[in-house]
Amino acid sequence: MKSPMRILTTILMLAAAGTVSSTAQSPPARFGLGQPAPADLIAAWDIAVMPDGKGLPPGKGTPAEGATIYAAQCASCHGANGEGGVADALVGAEPKGSAPFGPQYEKFRGDARDVPFTIGNYWPYATTIFDYIRRAMPPNAAGSLKADQVYSLTAFLLAKNGIIAENAVIDGKTLPAVMMPARNRFVPDDRAGGAKVR
Amino acid sequence: MKEDERAQKISQDGRVSRRAVLTGAAGAVGASVLGLKTRTASGQDRGADVNPGPPASEVGTRSSFEQPKRAPGGLVSRTPLQDLHGAITPADLHFERHHSGVPRIDPRSYRLLVHGLVERPTVFTLNDLKRFPAVSRICFLECSGNLGRQGGEKTRPQELCGLTSQSEWTGVMLSTLFREVGARPDAKWFLAEGQDAAVMTRSIPIEKAFDDAMIAYAQNGEPLRPEQGYPVRLLLPGFEGNSNVKWLRRLDLATQPFMTREETSRYTDPLADGTARQFSFVMDARSVITSPSYPQSVEPGWMEIRGIAWSGRGKIQRVEVSTDGGKTWSRSVLQGPVLPKAHTRFGLMWKWNGAPAVIMSKAVDETGYAQPDWATLQSVRGRRTRYHQNPITGWKVGADGQVLFAIERVS
Repeated sequence: MKSPMRILTTILMLAAAGTVSSTAQSPPARFGLGQPAPADLIAAWDIAVMPDGKGLPPGKGTPAEGATIYAAQCASCHGANGEGGVADALVGAEPKGSAPFGPQYEKFRGDARDVPFTIGNYWPYATTIFDYIRRAMPPNAAGSLKADQVYSLTAFLLAKNGIIAENAVIDGKTLPAVMMPARNRFVPDDRAGGAKVR
Repeated sequence: MKEDERAQKISQDGRVSRRAVLTGAAGAVGASVLGLKTRTASGQDRGADVNPGPPASEVGTRSSFEQPKRAPGGLVSRTPLQDLHGAITPADLHFERHHSGVPRIDPRSYRLLVHGLVERPTVFTLNDLKRFPAVSRICFLECSGNLGRQGGEKTRPQELCGLTSQSEWTGVMLSTLFREVGARPDAKWFLAEGQDAAVMTRSIPIEKAFDDAMIAYAQNGEPLRPEQGYPVRLLLPGFEGNSNVKWLRRLDLATQPFMTREETSRYTDPLADGTARQFSFVMDARSVITSPSYPQSVEPGWMEIRGIAWSGRGKIQRVEVSTDGGKTWSRSVLQGPVLPKAHTRFGLMWKWNGAPAVIMSKAVDETGYAQPDWATLQSVRGRRTRYHQNPITGWKVGADGQVLFAIERVS
């Protein structure tokens, strides 16, 4: 048996609920906010390059042309031969056919000093070199290098690391085809919580 | 002391003993205030300054007696964990890490471009983003290169792991935005690009967008700080700091990751077996004792061992504390609410008897993952691994009360 008070409370609660539902609107699938992206904005901002070469601009370059640009724009931080300085080492292929870490490397190294991680022994994709130089280098004038200059610098660094020939031409077709020594070294993340430390 | 320690370990949550000590402390404070009293002409007992202070102001400042500072060095600046209380990091002390300085972005000309594998490539203004349903959540943000021990014994929590901070972030869920533009089913990854001088990029799995990713425009109740990505940043709770792209200007949906520099040559993990782990986004559970810590000195008697624990995989389940270099462990008290992917305060009352001791903490998260010791981590990751280091660390308390850093498991 419900008391009159409880019935009254129920009526009041229903009335309140009715008030809420009459003013609330369920959200739509879309709110209709934002504007269609202009094609020229996408073209100006979308400078990303993918491993298959998508995004690479027209143009080309060679290690010889890259050497001149490197000496003028990069050597002061990365060293005359990419050996590193205030900025990262870029060149260094040893240990031959092995990573700069792991069991093979530890055997190779012995008591010697560690070799640096470089484009030659750690970078898995050649397209990353182009993408990164074009977006971020040189740090005091990022975005200033023209496509041919970026191709040439990429070619220079690949040749210095012994990955392409000195007379190779690097462009939108040849760059994604370059097989990097570290290409197959990378594995997906297998950590997933739980008791095991990975 | 043995008696007291045993009692501490026996007690289920330690709260009773903590409350008892707090009551005692309040009495002691009252006594010291009376000792420093200043008398007015009429003989009233007042504080040191009987004149009115400054009037109300537009923006508050810290007490001049308190000057916590980040520790900047080049493109990083570390949070003074040892100076903080509770779970929230004041926004001006949130750690910084950037790749080409802090850009100055005018919110009136700000645009976010979302394109690629979407039905409707769209640009959003800041105002557009603020018109979507707003969501707030508290979570930590940690740089994956967060282990600094170059100072050896003279390492503070700030240098050791001050590249983690916590805020309440407000913004729009990325899932809301992706529904708005019509993300296509073949989109498996998206590129997030910043508007810094390096237009830094990272590729993120699309699942994260439909899980808990946010586009954040506010931090601790106010617009983002420039160092944190003003006016808009990507927020990926539990993921390594670098992937939470700041000054966000572009999202490009694609079938594959882009293999940017920051996900290949950087932020990858060379392992002991000669392979390198890639896209290791989630920050595993970790804890650090923030007090006592270097450069503090302590005195014999009761003190609270305090710190923070966090996990990118969910909630902290418990934090164990050792006062004997890892031989035995006691369960600490967690300060609630314990939130997923969030710094969680822990505390354990400890009566120090004056003998040299090593105090350590070990976090366990809700997946059952326990923070590993340094030797275990090294055996799995190898000698040359650089990122995602979360070893158990501790502090040596000398007979003279001086606290020094100790990374190795001592037992």
